[in-house]
Amino acid sequence: MAMTTDIRTPAPQRPRTGSAAPPGPGPRRGRLRTLWGSTIGKKAVMAVTGLLMLAYLLVHMLGNLKVFFGPEDMNGYAHWLRTLGEPLLRYGWFLWIARAVLLAAVVLHGVSAYQLSRRDLAARPVGYRHRRRGSSYATRTMRWGGIILALFLVWHVLDLTTGTVNPRGQEGHPYENIVAGFRTWYANVIYLVAMLAVGLHIRHGFWSAAQTLGVTRPGTARLLKAGATVLAAAITAGFVSVPVGVMTGVVN
Amino acid sequence: MNLTLRIWRQPDAESPGEMRTYEVEDISPDMSFLEMLDTLNETLLTRGEEPVAFDHDCREGICGACGMVINGAAHGPERTTTCQLHMRHFADGDTVDVEPWRAAAFPVVRDLVVDRSAFDRVIGAGGYITAPTGAAPEAHATAVPKPAADAAFTHAECIGCGACVAACPNGSAMLFTSAKVNHLAALPQGAPERETRVLDMVAQMDAEGFGGCTLTGECATACPKGIPMPSIAAMNREYLRATAKR
Amino acid sequence: MNTPSTPSTPSTPYQDYRTGEPAVDTKAPDGPVAERWNRRRFEAKLVNPANRRKHTVIVVGTGLAGGSAGATLAEAGYRVVQFCYQDSPRRAHSVAAQGGINAAKNYRNDGDSVQRLFYDTVKGGDFRSRESNVYRLAEISTGIIDQCVAQGVPFAREYGGLLDTRSFGGVQVSRTFYARGQTGQQLLLGAYQALSRQIATGAVEMHPRTEMLDLIVIDGRARGIVARDLLTGRIESHFADAVVLATGGYGNVFHLSTNAKNSNATAVWRAHRRGAHFANPCFTQIHPTCIPRSGDHQSKLTLMSESLRNDGRVWVPAEPGDDRAPQDIPEDERDYYLERLYPSFGNLVPRDIASRAAKNVCDEGRGVGPGGHGHRGGAEGSSVEGGGGRREGVYLDFADALARMGRKAVEERYGNLFEMYARITAEDPYTRPMRIYPAIHYTMGGLWVDYDLMTTVPGLFAIGEANFSDHGANRLGASALMQGLADGYFVLPATLGDYLARAPHQPADPDHPAVHEAVRAVSDRLDALLSAGGDRSPESFHRELGALLWDECGMSRTEEGLRKALERIPELRAEFWRRVRVPGSGAALNQSLEQANRVADHLELAELMCLDALHRAESCGGHFREEHRTPDGEAAREDEAFCYAAAWEFTGTGTAPVLHKEALHFEHVHPTQRSYT
Repeated sequence: MAMTTDIRTPAPQRPRTGSAAPPGPGPRRGRLRTLWGSTIGKKAVMAVTGLLMLAYLLVHMLGNLKVFFGPEDMNGYAHWLRTLGEPLLRYGWFLWIARAVLLAAVVLHGVSAYQLSRRDLAARPVGYRHRRRGSSYATRTMRWGGIILALFLVWHVLDLTTGTVNPRGQEGHPYENIVAGFRTWYANVIYLVAMLAVGLHIRHGFWSAAQTLGVTRPGTARLLKAGATVLAAAITAGFVSVPVGVMTGVVN
Repeated sequence: MNLTLRIWRQPDAESPGEMRTYEVEDISPDMSFLEMLDTLNETLLTRGEEPVAFDHDCREGICGACGMVINGAAHGPERTTTCQLHMRHFADGDTVDVEPWRAAAFPVVRDLVVDRSAFDRVIGAGGYITAPTGAAPEAHATAVPKPAADAAFTHAECIGCGACVAACPNGSAMLFTSAKVNHLAALPQGAPERETRVLDMVAQMDAEGFGGCTLTGECATACPKGIPMPSIAAMNREYLRATAKR
Repeated sequence: MNTPSTPSTPSTPYQDYRTGEPAVDTKAPDGPVAERWNRRRFEAKLVNPANRRKHTVIVVGTGLAGGSAGATLAEAGYRVVQFCYQDSPRRAHSVAAQGGINAAKNYRNDGDSVQRLFYDTVKGGDFRSRESNVYRLAEISTGIIDQCVAQGVPFAREYGGLLDTRSFGGVQVSRTFYARGQTGQQLLLGAYQALSRQIATGAVEMHPRTEMLDLIVIDGRARGIVARDLLTGRIESHFADAVVLATGGYGNVFHLSTNAKNSNATAVWRAHRRGAHFANPCFTQIHPTCIPRSGDHQSKLTLMSESLRNDGRVWVPAEPGDDRAPQDIPEDERDYYLERLYPSFGNLVPRDIASRAAKNVCDEGRGVGPGGHGHRGGAEGSSVEGGGGRREGVYLDFADALARMGRKAVEERYGNLFEMYARITAEDPYTRPMRIYPAIHYTMGGLWVDYDLMTTVPGLFAIGEANFSDHGANRLGASALMQGLADGYFVLPATLGDYLARAPHQPADPDHPAVHEAVRAVSDRLDALLSAGGDRSPESFHRELGALLWDECGMSRTEEGLRKALERIPELRAEFWRRVRVPGSGAALNQSLEQANRVADHLELAELMCLDALHRAESCGGHFREEHRTPDGEAAREDEAFCYAAAWEFTGTGTAPVLHKEALHFEHVHPTQRSYT
C-alpha cells in the first residue's frame, strides 16, 4: 500500500476559514433558504422590500399633496383608502393588509440590513493605519440613514397613525392633525431630517437594488443613477412641501 | 530619492504586529516598488535584521502573488500590481505606509504576507468546466461569437491577487468571484454547469467569511486588471436566475 | 552525502569528465514515425481502474505540465499529492507566457500539418532533439486545443466565432492560437481549474507553499520527496509510487531572466544528485525582445511577446556612438540589420539568430538607450564603469506599422504590451521606438528522460520545461506551452500507468535508512546555511554568479571564457558557504533561507552548464561557440562529433561528472545547416 506519511509531524492541515459547500449536484437547500442563507440572497430581499417600500412612498407622497387642496380633499382621500377594495374587502381591511405587508417589508429589510452589516464589519476586523478619505460614505449613509428612518417610523406612526404624540390626534381628521403637528418646531425638525435621510437612502438604495437584482448592464448604469437621483429628489421634495406649506401658512 | 517607510511587521500569525519605520536612500525612480523593498531587505540582512517578508513571484504583473496596501490603497497609487508600480510615482522625502491586505478571510501570515487560500477554495467549489482530459470535442465544433469570447476574456483576466478584497471596506470577494462566474457563464461550454457553479461558488465565498457587497466600487478601482464593477451586478443576476431556475 | 559547507577536494578535476556507457532510450518504439506513439500506447500496460486509487503519485509543480498532469491523473483515478512553492497553484510561472500555443490544426488551410510542425520543430531545434518525441508532440498538439476550448479557455476568435491564429517566431504558417497577450495565463487557469476540481473532491491533496528539497530513492526507485513547509519550516517526507517533477526550467541560474523571481532548479538538481542524469544543460534560450535593464537594482527581466516582431522593425544607428534621439536619425543613417542580413525572414528570424544579431550590433558600439551593465568589468566589450560605454538595447520601431495600419489596429493587437512597456520604461512606444535587448528566457536542457518521460531513476518522471526532450538546442516560439500541456494532459498519464503496472507495488518504508538520510541531508544543509553567519546576502552571490554566466555562458561562449567560469564557480561556491548570511530561523517563514538554498543549487548547476558548453565544441541553436561559426558568422554545427544528447551523471559536488551520450538519428528530417537568409 502506498501512503503519505510525515515522519516528523502529523500531516499539516492548513487552517480553513470556511467549510466546503456541498460539491456538485446533490441535495440542495430550498430556494428561499438558499436566498436567505446567502449574502446575495439577503441583499435581494433588501432590494425587493426596498423597492416595495419605495413604491409605497411614492403613492404616499402623492396622497400627501392633497393637503394643498384643503381638508375635504385630504380627509376624503383618507376615508377612500379605508373603503378601497369594498365590497370584496370590508371597511379598513385594505389599509390593514397594506400595513401588514409594509411591516413585513420593514422587518425583512431591517433584519437583512442588520445581519449583513454585522457580517461586513466582521469581515474586516482590522482597518488600515493609513486612512484614506471616504469611499464608504454611501455605506455609512445607508447604515445611519436606515437607523434614523427606523426611529422616524416609530415617531411617525405615533404621530399621525395612532395620534399618541400628536398635539391634536383626532382620528378621521388627518388634515387637522397634520396642520396641528407641523405647528410644533420639533415635529418639523424631526420630519425634515427624516425626509433628507429618505432622499439619500433612496438615491443610493435604488441604484443598489438595481445592481443587486442584476438589472444594470454596463450601458445602463448612468441612466439608473440619474433615475435614482430624480426619484429621490421628487419624493423628498413632495414630502417636504407639506411641512413647508404649513409653516408658510399655505396650508392651515 | 530618499524615503521614509512605515511597514507593518508581524513575526507570525499569532503575535501582535506594529508599524515600524525605516529609511531608504538612493532609490532610483526606475525601480519597481518591490525592488525598492529588495534594497531595504538587503540592508536589513547585512545588518543582521530579518528582512520584510512579502509575497512576490513573476514580477511582471500576471501571477498575482504580490500585493500590499501602500498609503491606504491596494497596490498603491497606480492602477497596477505592486511589482509594476515604479518609484517614479513617489517623490523624494515621501513617507510611505506599507500594510498587508486586511480581511478576516485573509489572515496575516507574517509581515506583508497573507493567506489567500480562500480564493482557491472558491474556485474549487465550482469555478471550472467539467471537461476531463480526452473527452473534448473538436475545438471548432461549437462556434463562440466574438462578443461572447471577448466578454469571457475580460473576466478571465483576473489574477487572483486579492486587491478587491483588500480595498473593500467589507472585505468582500464579490469582484473576484464574479470574474470567474462571468468568464464561464459567457461561454457555451460553461452552460451545463451555469446554475450549480454560481450557487456553489457564492456559498463557498460566504462560508469563507468574506463580507457582502455594498457597492462602494473600491474593488473595481483597485483591480489591476480592470475587472469592471458591472461584473458584480452580472453575477447577482446569474445567482438569482440560478435560484429561480433550479 | 557531501557535507554542503566543504567543497571536497575533487579527486579528478571537474573538467576531466569521463565518458560512460551510451544513454539508451529503451522505451523508444521503432517503425514508421507516425505510428510510434500509437504503438507505445497500445503496448503500455494498464493499471486496472479499480486499483488506481491504491497508487499514489507525487507531482511537484503546478504549471502547465504539473497542473494538467495532476488533474488528469486524478481524473484517471490515481491518488495525487501535489506541491508548489507558491501560495496557490494558479501562480506557477507558466502564467506569464504571452504569445501563444502552436497546434497543427491547419484551420487556415495554409499548408500546415502534423508533418510540417514536426519538421519545423526538429529543424528549429537545430537537429538536437529526438524525432520520435517531436513527432508525438506535433501529433498531440491538435488535441490540446480541443481540450483547452472545452475547459473554457477564451482563445481569440474571429467574427464568425471560430478560433483565430497567427504566425509566430520564424514559422511560415499561421498555427499559433492565442488569448491576447496572456495565453499562458489562460491555459494555466484552465489547468488550475481542472486541478481545483480534483482538489475539492479530495482526489488531489494539494500542498501549496511547500518546496521539494530532496528526492527519496529506496532500492533504486523514486519513492517520495523531502519537502519543507515554507510557513512552518517543518521538514516532511512524503511517499508515493512514482514522483513527477514539473518544476520548470533553470533559467534563473543567470539571476536575471524572464523567469519568476522564485523559479529555481532545486528539485531537478536534487534529483540529479540522486541519480537522474541531466541532459544538455548548456542549451539555454535567449529571447530577443525583452525590456533592457534599467540599473543594478534590476531583479528580473520582462519579456515582451515576440509577436511584436510581426509588425515592428528592428534597427540601430548605422554609426557607433550615435547619441541622437531615434526620431532625429534619418532613414538612411539607420541600420535595419535583421532585414539587411536575413532578407527572406527579416525581423521574423528565430530567437537565437535575432538575439545574437542584437548582441553583435551592441558589441560594435551601436546599442541604444541608457541600459547596459556598468558593474561588469572585464569581459570584452563590457562597459566602462559609470556608463557611457557599451549600451545594451536596439530599437523596435512601430512607426511603419502605425502609418500602415493606424493606431487603432496597433492598439488592438499590441495594446497591452505597449502599456506594459510604457509602465516599466516611462516611454511612449507609440511615439518613440521601443528599446529591446535579449534575455535568458527558457532552458531546453533538463533532466534526461526516455520516450515515456521517465528519468534514469526508475519511478521519477520529468515533464514540461524540467525535461530536455523535445526542443533540441532551440525552442520555437509558442512551443513551450504546447509541450507542457502535451506532457501533462496526454503523454505522462499514458506512460505512467505502464510503470506503475510493472513496478512492484508495496508501501515505502518510512523508516528506511534512505529516508532518514535524505531528511538529515536536508536539515543539515539548512542548518549550515543558517549558521554560516557570514556577511553577504544570498542575493549578492546570485547576482555575481548570474553576471559571470551571462558573460561567459550566455549568448555566445568561448573556450577561454568557459574555462575561466569553471575556475571561478567553485571559488564562488566556497565563498558562498563561508560568507553567506541568512538571518532568522528555519522554523518559520524565512524567505532568505529559501533563496539561499536555491542559490546553493544554482552554484552547482552553473558548473555543469559551463562544462557542457565547453565540451560541446560546436554551435547549435541557443549554444553559440565563437570558435565554431560559418564563414558568414552563423552557427556551425559539428554533426559528426556532436549529434547526440549529452546526459551527465552526478558523481559528487565539484567532481568530474560522467557523460552518457544518446545518439540522435534523423530518418525523416535530414540535418541541414539552418539558413534564414
